[in-house]
Amino acid sequence: MRQVLGTTMVLALVVASAVWLPAVRDARAGDSAPAADLARGEEVYARCAACHSLTENRTGPRHCGLFGRAAASQPGFQYSKAMQRSGLVWDAATLDRFLRAPLDVVPGTKMTYAGISDPSDRAALVAYLEVASRSEACTAAAQESP
Amino acid sequence: MTDSQRDPALTAPSRRSFLVGSQLLLSGAAVALMSGVPTRAFAGTRGARAQDITILNTAIGAEHEAVAAYQLGAESGLLSSAVLSVAVTFQGHHKEHVEALAKAVQQLGGSPAEPLDKYTFPVSSLTSEAAVLEFAAKLERGAVSAYAGAIPLFEDRDLSNAAASILADEAMHWAVLRSALGLDPVPGAFFS
Ligand code: HEC
Repeated sequence: MRQVLGTTMVLALVVASAVWLPAVRDARAGDSAPAADLARGEEVYARCAACHSLTENRTGPRHCGLFGRAAASQPGFQYSKAMQRSGLVWDAATLDRFLRAPLDVVPGTKMTYAGISDPSDRAALVAYLEVASRSEACTAAAQESP
Repeated sequence: MTDSQRDPALTAPSRRSFLVGSQLLLSGAAVALMSGVPTRAFAGTRGARAQDITILNTAIGAEHEAVAAYQLGAESGLLSSAVLSVAVTFQGHHKEHVEALAKAVQQLGGSPAEPLDKYTFPVSSLTSEAAVLEFAAKLERGAVSAYAGAIPLFEDRDLSNAAASILADEAMHWAVLRSALGLDPVPGAFFS
């Protein structure tokens, strides 16, 4: 119970953040993935927040527009040679593979993160990313900054 | 941003008693980082050493960013004096993390990552103290995971140990920020 409560609170914290709100609203409207899975995916995405955001390049590249784009193609971000040479194009399958063990899939990557080992966490995360990376927040951000 | 990061008024450590514990812990991390490096890291292979340097530099990049984020919060004019002093203390910890990690990179023969000229934060949504605290909490929560995800990757176990020590500091920051937001400071038993 406590953990459920806690989970709700973390989620509330994330949801409360104004930047995320549009992404969540989008996520719930008209996508096939159930809202509960997307909420879980968003919760897993909190693990990425020290280095990534949807809308801005940080220590890692922004995630808006991720699906369908070639690895290492976000303008204004300095990628490793390893990522530039990976030849990957991001979709549900490549993301699932990469996020399980980033350094195994792209040896030498600067994303020095062990990965998400739980397949259902990963699936929820990838489903969330697919929706969030095309959300209103991303459209708005694209208009603000070149 | 980088110039104002060095503003001494903003970097003076707070002495609020409830924060002393994390300051002590951090010194422990710094000591572990610095004393641990020469013994085992140099025994590793070149590739393993290069990977340890990359891990440390990614962590330095995120720490620089945290320093810049707290600077933004501190300069926002939105923070009450009590919250401001907490923010400045936490920023000081992140600066200490940078220093310790950079020293470790140098001891491994690498060059530490420099701060970026410019950081982009979602300033248009940071319009209240709560929004600033939520943003900081999100970064600190992410930092817990970032270190958790780095710990198993180090070739040199002493670096894993030091990263765990920094992780503990970030987790305390997260809890304090949640508490300041009126949330349960420790919302569960496990975090990865
Ligand atoms: C410790 C910092 C850090 C963490 C934590 C982290 N990343 Fe990354 N990520 C990076 C960096 C740095 C890069 C650029 C890698 C390179 O150039 O080798 C990157 C690259 C990526 C890419 C490739 C993007 C592109 O434009 O080609 C994806 C996708 C990604 N990260 C997703 C995630 C997700 C999802 C998480 C959370 C589970 C996560 N990352 C956690 C630092 C991090």
